[in-house]
Amino acid sequence: MGVVRTPTNLTQGSGTRGGVGESTLRPDGTLKVTGEFAYASDMWHDDMLWGFTLRSPHAHARILSIDTAQALRTPGVHAVMTHDDLRFETRYGLEYQDTPVLADAVVRHHGEPVALVAADHPETARRAAAKIKVDYEPLPLVIDEETATAPDAPLLHPHRDDHHKDHVPHPNIVHRQPIVRGDVEAAKARADVIVTGEYEVGMQDQAFLGPESGLAVPAEDGGVDLYIATQWLHADLRQIAPVLGLPEEKVRMTLSGVGGAFGGREDLSMQVHACLLALHTGKPVKIVYNRFESFFGHVHRHPAKLHYEHGATRDGRITHMKCRIVLDGGAYASSSPAVVGNASSLSVGPYVIDNVEIEALALYTNNPPCGAMRGFGAVQACFAYEAQMDRLAAELDMDPVGFRQINAMSQGAVMPTGQVVDSPAPVAELLRRVKAMPMPPERQWLCAGSGADVRALPGGLSNTTHGEGVVRGVGYAVGIKNVGFSEGFDDYSTARVRLEVINGEPVAVVHTAMAEVGQGGVTVHAQIARTELGVTQVTIHPADTQVGSAGSTSASRQTYVTGGAVKHTCEAVRERVLELGRAKFGSYHPAWATAELLLEGGKVVTDAGEVLTGLVDVLEGECVDVEREWRHRPTQAFDLVTGQGDGHVQYSFAAHRAVVEVDTELGLVKVVELACAQDVGKQLNPLSVVGQIQGATTQGLGLAVMEEIVVSEEAKVRNPSFTDYLIPTILDTPTIPVDVLELADEHAPYGLRGVGEAPTLSSTPAVVAAIRAATGLPLGRVPVRPEHLTGT
Amino acid sequence: MEFLRPADWEEALAAKAEHPSAVPIAGGTDVMVELNFDHRRPDVLVDLNRIAELEEWEVGEDVVRLGASVSYTRVIEELSAELPGLALAARTVGSPQIRNRGSVGGNLGAASPAGDSHPPLLAAGAEVEAESVRGTRLIPVEEFYTGVKRNALAPDELIRAVRIRKADGPQQFSKVGTRNAMVIAVCAFAVALHPGTRTVRTGIGSAAPTPVRAREAERFLDAALEEGGHWDNGKIIPPSVARRFGELVAGAANPIDDVRGSARYRRHALTVMARRTLGWTWEELRGRGDERSERCA
Amino acid sequence: MRVTFTVNGRRQEADDVWEGESLLYLLRERLGLPGSKNACEQGECGSCTVRLDGAPVCACLVAAGQVEGREVVTVEGLADHSRERSEGGRTTGARGTSLDEARTWQAGPTGVGPGSHAADSLTGGGTELSPIQQAFIDAGAVQCGFCTPGLLVTADELLERNASPSDADIREALSGNLCRCTGYETILDAVRLAAARGGTAKAGEGA
Repeated sequence: MGVVRTPTNLTQGSGTRGGVGESTLRPDGTLKVTGEFAYASDMWHDDMLWGFTLRSPHAHARILSIDTAQALRTPGVHAVMTHDDLRFETRYGLEYQDTPVLADAVVRHHGEPVALVAADHPETARRAAAKIKVDYEPLPLVIDEETATAPDAPLLHPHRDDHHKDHVPHPNIVHRQPIVRGDVEAAKARADVIVTGEYEVGMQDQAFLGPESGLAVPAEDGGVDLYIATQWLHADLRQIAPVLGLPEEKVRMTLSGVGGAFGGREDLSMQVHACLLALHTGKPVKIVYNRFESFFGHVHRHPAKLHYEHGATRDGRITHMKCRIVLDGGAYASSSPAVVGNASSLSVGPYVIDNVEIEALALYTNNPPCGAMRGFGAVQACFAYEAQMDRLAAELDMDPVGFRQINAMSQGAVMPTGQVVDSPAPVAELLRRVKAMPMPPERQWLCAGSGADVRALPGGLSNTTHGEGVVRGVGYAVGIKNVGFSEGFDDYSTARVRLEVINGEPVAVVHTAMAEVGQGGVTVHAQIARTELGVTQVTIHPADTQVGSAGSTSASRQTYVTGGAVKHTCEAVRERVLELGRAKFGSYHPAWATAELLLEGGKVVTDAGEVLTGLVDVLEGECVDVEREWRHRPTQAFDLVTGQGDGHVQYSFAAHRAVVEVDTELGLVKVVELACAQDVGKQLNPLSVVGQIQGATTQGLGLAVMEEIVVSEEAKVRNPSFTDYLIPTILDTPTIPVDVLELADEHAPYGLRGVGEAPTLSSTPAVVAAIRAATGLPLGRVPVRPEHLTGT
Repeated sequence: MEFLRPADWEEALAAKAEHPSAVPIAGGTDVMVELNFDHRRPDVLVDLNRIAELEEWEVGEDVVRLGASVSYTRVIEELSAELPGLALAARTVGSPQIRNRGSVGGNLGAASPAGDSHPPLLAAGAEVEAESVRGTRLIPVEEFYTGVKRNALAPDELIRAVRIRKADGPQQFSKVGTRNAMVIAVCAFAVALHPGTRTVRTGIGSAAPTPVRAREAERFLDAALEEGGHWDNGKIIPPSVARRFGELVAGAANPIDDVRGSARYRRHALTVMARRTLGWTWEELRGRGDERSERCA
Repeated sequence: MRVTFTVNGRRQEADDVWEGESLLYLLRERLGLPGSKNACEQGECGSCTVRLDGAPVCACLVAAGQVEGREVVTVEGLADHSRERSEGGRTTGARGTSLDEARTWQAGPTGVGPGSHAADSLTGGGTELSPIQQAFIDAGAVQCGFCTPGLLVTADELLERNASPSDADIREALSGNLCRCTGYETILDAVRLAAARGGTAKAGEGA
């Protein structure tokens, strides 16, 4: 009996070194390369049931009736649940509580959960679900801005009770954020050139490889233990407990192995469902989505339509910018309000533009719900404003990099929100660096003889060209992303650190609720503990809800915020150790009272390097155990009319140069190289930093040339599979040279700057700029398809 | 569901005769996807993996008899000289893992218009060796495809082998996908030169309900090459002829708009692929170096 | 139905297997071997790659009943498989570098791989790893790790066939294994690193 596979402590051998700044290897590396690392879908209990979700085939319909009788009679079926079986809270949501746990009378998107089945085998559950009879009456669809805001538009949420309901122009608008600053009309009059453009960004999927999964085990106290892959344990907990009618302490959550996230695990998926079935049946219930279901199981990146207008003077200075960004939020709010805030406040890009009129909004539609994905509202804007920069440069007959550098922001610049950028913003320097990198050789696909290596050509293995029609293009882009939660959110994290002597050696145990989703937070936490406590042995405790919230693994924030919490808590542990030391040994050496004391190499040393005593001697049998919260500087909400406010705590910047080869006849693209320069403040782990930059760059490449969830006019997902939702393979991905800049942000722990998202922004427009350079086509939409490149 | 594991070919035929609705499974690369995603629940699965003769090939005077289960990987490694077009197509099938399991027999059984082996079979000339307890018949590959994911097999028949004409001249294959590897064809094209008969044959994939030959394009090119004396003088094919050939190939297609590509694009891509692959094969015939896409040394 | 086969050198038997089950489900849910991953179940990601009678295949596309009497190697058995290969010397007997030597590998100024952190190679409790497993850790090729088992099985088989693959060879061989985290650069580093550590002594075979 019992859970056979659960997350374990991560301990690295005593040979492991590596404090802050070193490329320490992952503490979970060995488990991950041997297949022993316990991901959510690997959780197993010897008498568990399998949960299955019946989903709506319609995008908008009234549920007239649900008949579960036949499903319930299926041998091996233990439970069938619908909305009628919910006894407590029936809705949840990250920002607005608008998402039904199970559809209540109306389904609002294709794939919305309608009923649950628990059975002794997944096939039994599937067969039983197929026997549930649901009678639907299709309703008129809301699919875009026009249908959402038409006078007779069906209201998707007629009884909104969220905090934005009173200041949106229409009930089918989730949130709207304008920003106005300066005098656009006067500035426009000064402009020598004016460039306007319409842009469109398709719906991108996070496509993490480990599908939504988890195991819920009912407990003897009436509560439930949930092993789950998520980005934020405590946010899940806050939403789950009320649905179960349980106090939060009876819903004990432990983070299992997470197979990637990229924003797609910020909302609940099967968490509540597994718990409901477990409590209902009294048995452990495991739910594992397959890839098809995963496409319906999480939110996606908002597709967007963007209108931009820029003006500039002949000498290359931007006079003004006007933009309107319409994001499709789909059927439920998810994190759309925050995405709107980002899209709006970052819509200007990393440029100084004194006169702006900005409007960003998100719609409620019957399309798939959209929410967090790496880049979070800044991706869509970056694609549009970087296209504008190239067009302005072309109008002015200027070099596109030089034009950007003239307008690039730097430390001290004022954002359209009025916020002063109070740490380094080396935008021009990043562009200079990325431009200065050596160019990849031409025609690398030519073989020694007369042949061509198709693996290096557009079309790759499909053998579409041996060089015919292939034209090279080069493009540049730079972007700005906020780090951490913004707009006045109380963004904090919690760490618990214990220091004790085990087998004659001081050992630190770091316990947080941070979701390790692959980014390497566990590596960095151990490095911080080593640096701050002067120990080599660090154990990372599994993340769970027995410690305070760490906030989400998103917004490029975890190293900053939970890293900051670990550092802060280690400092408190150190103070306590030094107090113990002073009490024991203070009388033997005056330095205990007078000198700055550090913990290094397992010893207490003075800042002059003199060893006072060993940690082992200070601690003896004692264990120092401290839990602390840590928060970054507060931010402010944006004014709902003017958009003014110090909304963000930190900005991060990355620049890309893309070199592509386009088969101009067939419209196929080979990205030859995607060079990136990024300022990261301080590299806590250089190997991980480069890994984040290369991974983010590749997701941006995917959006540029292949990734899109295609939604039909009936608001149905047409390609929910890895056969038709394509992400880059190793043959689509170029070499990605990275130039890392370290200009410390004095406000952040160790001077670090969040890394993970900024490269996703600039990668996409750089690739598209390169394709434009190769083809001369305007290309206002991503992903760029062969049809766009061939006029078909 | 029943899972039958015939130990030899006779047992397999008997099983199929007894269970005409049984689904044969060899490499599993199509059938298992349908099972995993609940698209299909056959009463009976017949596992063909234990039948050794399906994994064998023999090269005869004019024809390669390719056992139905010979993997794409082995086609690439063992039959590139005899079946160059098919080997090129095999290299574009799915991933290396898929190529280790998938086979031409499976592709024919599934009869998806997007199957990568169909165009080179059409271009080379092939017959499907269908067998049942009633006997064996040879079905010309052109007649084998009867509709989207439908073929000419009778319910009690299994594919024993494919008899493919050995290449007597250069062959090429090209397919368009929106990724540089592991991609399903948006459309595909194969061409084979047959200097012995002074003919050119073609195959189009993923651009009509079934794989088809572009017969008008073939006739046009045969005539043009004859008229210009190209088979004798080896002269370069005039661009206007190659262009017209491409247009006629596109004309033979009957594509649809779907999530993978538009009908217009498919037609356009066929014109380009037809023109290019014709050029590559003709250059090879003229001995101007090996234009086949080989890895660099 | 009952299925009997060999997994990682050990005879395994499973009862009551549903006829529509895949080898992947059999391994993960019935035999306690969840190392092979369930990322797409349609042969489009390679995360479930195992060796079936030596050939890398997607375990999700092999029907459980088809492995009757056959041999399967999963990521859980990769270290043993690799050790037996080097001990047996049948295919790779001439490989020069021992596991211990590989562990202490240091990148020189012109070395293959990402840097000079190899002294930190100890990452766990002394688990013995195959060279490709160690290289993935050392090169930073593991992030979320969900693609890692499949990539390891595929890359190991590549190096078995071709001891010093070119970058294009590596890319072609790994083109059926999706990774969403790394951008593949560190995966290339890892395969190059394992190849470099493995030496070039495979006479008569390879590139």
